[in-house]
Amino acid sequence: MEKSRMRDRVYPFYFIVGALILYLFFFVLPSVMGFFYALTDWNSYSSQVNYVGLDNFELILFSGHGYLQYISNTVVFTVVTIIVKTVIALGLALLLTQRVRRLAPLYRVVIYLPSVLPMLAVGLIFKSILNPATGLLNTFLRGAGLGFLAQQWLVDPSWAMPSVIGVDTWKGVGYIMVILIAGIEAIPSEYFEAAAIDGAGGGKILRHITLPMLMPVLTVTTVLNLLYGLKVFDIIFVLTHGGPGHATDTVYTAIFDEFSKGRWGIATALSSLLFLVMIGLGYLVIRLMNREEEG
Amino acid sequence: MATRTLRILFNNALVVVVSLIVFTPVYLVFINALKTKAQASSMGVDLPTSLQWKNFEIVIERGGLVTTFGNSVLYAVAATLICTTLAALAAYVLSRNRTRLNRSIYLLIIAGIAMPTNFVTLTKVMQLTHLINTQLGIIVLYAASHIPLNVFLIYAFIGSLPRELDEAAIMDGCSPLRLFASVIYPLLTPVLVTASVLNLLDFWNEFLLPLYYLNRSVYWPMTEAIYNFFGQYQSDWSLVSADIVLTILPVIIIYLVAQRFIFSGWTAGAVKG
Repeated sequence: MEKSRMRDRVYPFYFIVGALILYLFFFVLPSVMGFFYALTDWNSYSSQVNYVGLDNFELILFSGHGYLQYISNTVVFTVVTIIVKTVIALGLALLLTQRVRRLAPLYRVVIYLPSVLPMLAVGLIFKSILNPATGLLNTFLRGAGLGFLAQQWLVDPSWAMPSVIGVDTWKGVGYIMVILIAGIEAIPSEYFEAAAIDGAGGGKILRHITLPMLMPVLTVTTVLNLLYGLKVFDIIFVLTHGGPGHATDTVYTAIFDEFSKGRWGIATALSSLLFLVMIGLGYLVIRLMNREEEG
Repeated sequence: MATRTLRILFNNALVVVVSLIVFTPVYLVFINALKTKAQASSMGVDLPTSLQWKNFEIVIERGGLVTTFGNSVLYAVAATLICTTLAALAAYVLSRNRTRLNRSIYLLIIAGIAMPTNFVTLTKVMQLTHLINTQLGIIVLYAASHIPLNVFLIYAFIGSLPRELDEAAIMDGCSPLRLFASVIYPLLTPVLVTASVLNLLDFWNEFLLPLYYLNRSVYWPMTEAIYNFFGQYQSDWSLVSADIVLTILPVIIIYLVAQRFIFSGWTAGAVKG
């Protein structure tokens, strides 16, 4: 008792207050308010806000107004970027830690570079690279005799999403790679030495030592990719604005769209749905990031 | 032996190709920023026939880049200072005094790493506080958005500082604030540098918050300005490239100078445990 009072005096609660207020007021409060406004017809045309029950959710989930497509686009973007980024980043991390170590720091600096660039700038650069007529990609493909591979990248509805995913991978793969490199370097070298003495080949070492030991880190990178994917906005806004049609519209671009049109109730309902999904994932993050406490 | 050499060659070639793919778009924008409008129209990899340094002058003037650069610096620096300071204070007490309440607060805060922002109702909060369309408002939002990540990073670091330090200072009659300011804070330098670099980069690159909450162009940071500039000058890739170069140059410089903090920071958080 005495001891805990002493502690409260040395480590006073008011140290926490600043951070807590900012966080509660600007992030938790809007989310909580969201659940109430999601049940209303809140919009820019009328100053009255009326309770409409679950109408907004019904409109989103069952009306066939295309909202489900935005949700499925988001899921497709998230799942595909998780897989593609993880596979490429893992391959690169293995190469840089085990095969081409001499220039590894230099390669690492280059491959991570896109991660620090603003997505807006990256998007504009790739708008030019992916231009069907004059862009570098198609020019290169035609020049290399691969003209049949040239596509209407961002213009063709069936190629728009793969193009966006490609650009996003270009930007994000270095980030995942750097985390995986640290994970591989944290594996005690005795494991590799012992395996080598036992005569295990590269494939065996990868399957029985590197991958299992890397699992916790792979989980973290997957969660990071997942959180990013579900909230994706910038890259889509600058590259396609959700188009062509709604081929690349995601939850966050749809929210912005509804918001701009003044349909705030529906925008809030969409946001609240995403919140519910992500609070579940948030629980997972806490479990992951908090391992040191329990272990 | 021969297959071994071949494999080494193949591995190196593979990494070189990947590096080239990564580097080409960046090279492209730097090279085209120096071309004439006509030569830049295809955004090719060819070198400029004559160096058009005045593209930068034109962009700075027409894009109002002096103002937007100042805005970006103000937002990034102010929000970073506020965010790291508040997060350090909170993380310190949350880590040192692990009462039930404090543990719940810690978990609530780091859950924010995953939570999406409700931009629609946040508008309401911004209006109520009269922070909407103000520079103070955007600084506060930037700072608030990174509280969870900063608390998480700093909390983990404080766990490694011995408690005996605090006890010795208390014996000497230090107040809590003195103890924090003159004993703990200096020891936090490594993690504070890391957190600050990550914050600065994120805030510099932020696009979504100003899009929602700053509708006056005089308050725009460089990201909104460049988007707008592209809308007006999309037929002139030399100018757009010059604008992009001026926007990304600061982050590239920060990155090259501070890369070891970036790499250590993220990986420390992700790999531990």
